[in-house]
Amino acid sequence: MNPAEIVKKISEKFSEEVLWFVCFRDECSIVLKKEKVKEILRYLKNTPGLEFDYLVDLTAVDYLGFREPRFDVVYHLTSIKHRHRIRVKAQVPEKDCCIDSVTDLWATANWFERECFDMFGIHFNGHPDLRRILMPEDWKGFPLRKDYPVRSDLGDGEWETYKELKETAKAWKENAE
Amino acid sequence: MDTLYIIAITIIKTAVYFGILMLHVAYATYAERKVIGHIQLRLGPMVVGPHGILQPIADVIKLLLKEDIVPAKVDKAIFKAAPIISLTAALSTFAVIPVDKNWIIADINVGLLYVIGIAGIGTYGIIFSGWASNSKYAFLGGLRSAAQMVSYEVALGLSLVGVILMAESFNLTEIVNKQTEYWYGMFLFPQIIAYFVFVVAMLAETNRLPFDLPEAETELVAGYFVEYSGIRFSLFYLAEYLAMFCMSALATICFWGGWTAPPILIKTFPILEFVPGFVWFLIKVYFHIFLFFWLRGTLPRYRYDQLMAIGWKVLIPLALINIVVTSIVKYYY
Amino acid sequence: MQNNDIKVKELTVNMGPQHPATHGVLRLVLELEGEVIKKCIPHIGYLHRGIEKLSEDLTYVQSLPLTDRIDYLSSMVNNVGFCVAVEKLMGIEVPERAKFIRTMMAEMARICSHLVWIATHALDIGAMTVFLYAMRDREELLEMFEMVSGARLTVSYPRVGGVRCDINNRFLDKLYNFIEKFPKKVEEYETLINRNRIWLKRTKGVGVITAQEAINWGLTGPTLRGSGVYYDVRKFFPYDAYEKVDFDVPVGKNGDVYDRYRCRMLEFRQSARIIKQCIEKLPEGPILADNALRIRMPESPLKIDKKDIIFEIYIEDKQIQEFIQKFTEVYASVEAPRGELGFYIVCDDSSKPYRMRVRAPSFVHAGVLPKLCEGSLVADVIANIGSIDIVLGECDR
Repeated sequence: MNPAEIVKKISEKFSEEVLWFVCFRDECSIVLKKEKVKEILRYLKNTPGLEFDYLVDLTAVDYLGFREPRFDVVYHLTSIKHRHRIRVKAQVPEKDCCIDSVTDLWATANWFERECFDMFGIHFNGHPDLRRILMPEDWKGFPLRKDYPVRSDLGDGEWETYKELKETAKAWKENAE
Repeated sequence: MDTLYIIAITIIKTAVYFGILMLHVAYATYAERKVIGHIQLRLGPMVVGPHGILQPIADVIKLLLKEDIVPAKVDKAIFKAAPIISLTAALSTFAVIPVDKNWIIADINVGLLYVIGIAGIGTYGIIFSGWASNSKYAFLGGLRSAAQMVSYEVALGLSLVGVILMAESFNLTEIVNKQTEYWYGMFLFPQIIAYFVFVVAMLAETNRLPFDLPEAETELVAGYFVEYSGIRFSLFYLAEYLAMFCMSALATICFWGGWTAPPILIKTFPILEFVPGFVWFLIKVYFHIFLFFWLRGTLPRYRYDQLMAIGWKVLIPLALINIVVTSIVKYYY
Repeated sequence: MQNNDIKVKELTVNMGPQHPATHGVLRLVLELEGEVIKKCIPHIGYLHRGIEKLSEDLTYVQSLPLTDRIDYLSSMVNNVGFCVAVEKLMGIEVPERAKFIRTMMAEMARICSHLVWIATHALDIGAMTVFLYAMRDREELLEMFEMVSGARLTVSYPRVGGVRCDINNRFLDKLYNFIEKFPKKVEEYETLINRNRIWLKRTKGVGVITAQEAINWGLTGPTLRGSGVYYDVRKFFPYDAYEKVDFDVPVGKNGDVYDRYRCRMLEFRQSARIIKQCIEKLPEGPILADNALRIRMPESPLKIDKKDIIFEIYIEDKQIQEFIQKFTEVYASVEAPRGELGFYIVCDDSSKPYRMRVRAPSFVHAGVLPKLCEGSLVADVIANIGSIDIVLGECDR
């Protein structure tokens, strides 16, 4: 089955959930509402003929200012058996910034979802251990959002823990002298 | 007067022994770096002196002048005592090792037992350093090392029992003299299994590759002496090389004929009669030291449970079989 | 992170971030009971440089040197990956000569990376000599990289639309001589460790992962192929000149450290084969496409050929069509030495990418460490880290 056929099949089967699909340069992506994403992904994983057993990537895109549901959580799936790929996108608004976790479908989603939470602030319901992975544990802010600056003018004051550490070190040194 | 004379001679002998031994140990570190360098297609130390010959002296000066760091939370008395125990134990074993006929500090009748006993005391130094360092890595390294040394001491001792049976004595000079009665001149050939067990146990006793897991850099970052620096570290380092020399000397004396050459070799090349005894001894010891370096450059490292399995399940049965076979052969001939 | 509920028997040991065997700044918190590991928690993020955020501020051509530093041991492959993705997005057709040159460079980078892998893996397990033999061979490859691009490690040689400059016969001669002698050198490494009992005991049966679990955990590259799954991006979704050269993909059986080691050792020979065929089949011609992206990109929007967008909208919203026409996206992946390196680029018609996402194989492989290590001994952690071959630059980006 080539990707265009798969996408048409999904649109027919889950017609209330699918918002639109796009095929560009022999790749197909299908955009859904976020409520039943897990069910559709499970359908994609388990149906014979589709069998997307390999979750390549799970990430998010921030469309601040261009579109109302601000975030798009993007799942890239590949089927090793049938050699085809598909992209599934779920729209996540800013107010209700959470979506179901797919850790029990693909174990690799564990770290991908942690990174998504770390960078965008999207909460994953049902994730076993949702905490920051790349940034320090007590960092404030979500770096890959569009309203987070690329360059910061705060210098050392950007990370609270580092500032506290420097003050403790200075106090200790003064005590020792 | 007589006692004073004996004491004076002993002190002079000890000083000479000690001096030559320390020179050997210092240049063994240089030789190791050169040999391993050439195995790895590089040159080793080349800068200090011609071909790096003065490297050990530079190393000694550096270690002596380093800052003596004692971490804050260690058990100070034991921390400072540990390297001294290791070094003392390693040095004391050389009191009974004969280099040539009558060139020995103390010719006692239980020489072999004495050597193995004192080598066992060296284990205390390791346990103390691992415990006193108050660091998880040092603790793990010390535990592993101590367990490894204790297990392989059993195999070491048992492998030497065959030699003792054949020589009918514990005295090291006697053992060497006994070997000249055979035409092949060494206990190596009848005791080949015991020699194999001894070589493997020798590697494990001195914590050298392939049995150096307790002090492997990539696993526990130098294990039990990770918190030591400067002079204290150099004492541990010296103790390790001294142990290597002690084991090589033991192997030479018990299996390779000490300072004698095989009689058949002397008969075919009568000119070899003029080679002094200590030259034969040194050549054989150097060969064993080279064996240590060669194995280090070539083999990977055993995992800890595999290491213990070899010590208990392979070497001890082999040594026991050797003892039984030797006794039976000795009884009938 | 302190684990304050330490029970009586368990010991918490911290490996890293500075440790000779963790191949970079990786921190592993191990909870031990004796020698057996009860829990293994990896902490990453010490080398996070914000490559994805930075690339939103730079044009496509400017973010090419950023991609060098993702996996700094095989930087040609990262550049090729980025170029393949952007060329797919813009519809640029790369000339034949450039395709063969890029294939050749990517395979050279694969050999380089695997040489570092065997050097460090063997060094960790104790065979120190292999490290120096492998580094000696890597020196020749790095000299060749310097000949062609001026830099040994972070090359930035491929460009969007081809390669930066042409190669001459001197380079090809040197490469051909190297490839002729290389299989013998691989045999030298193998004599030292391949059938050595100690090596076999340290690597057989250690860190086993079955094929089903490996796919579920998202492993790729030799780490996956050691478990018996035949998945290689060069064969499944070919790019550059891989369809025109003939090569095999080695696949293991048991999924332990030894099989992954054998996969990579066989990949050395296959890479040498590919390079030889590329040298023989190299056509003449231009090395940069006519519509390639040039250095001084204008601030005005890009012109992407969007004739082949097919879409169908199921909700009532006038702006969706505009949105679809404005934001185009593409995902392209290459077979990096570590696994599948993927680039997901969202383009909004300006000269800077709207979002560039790097799908790094080392990130996924570092996530599978707890599964491999729990239940085994401390010494096996070292063998496991070596066999999954992670580079922290790629893991943290």
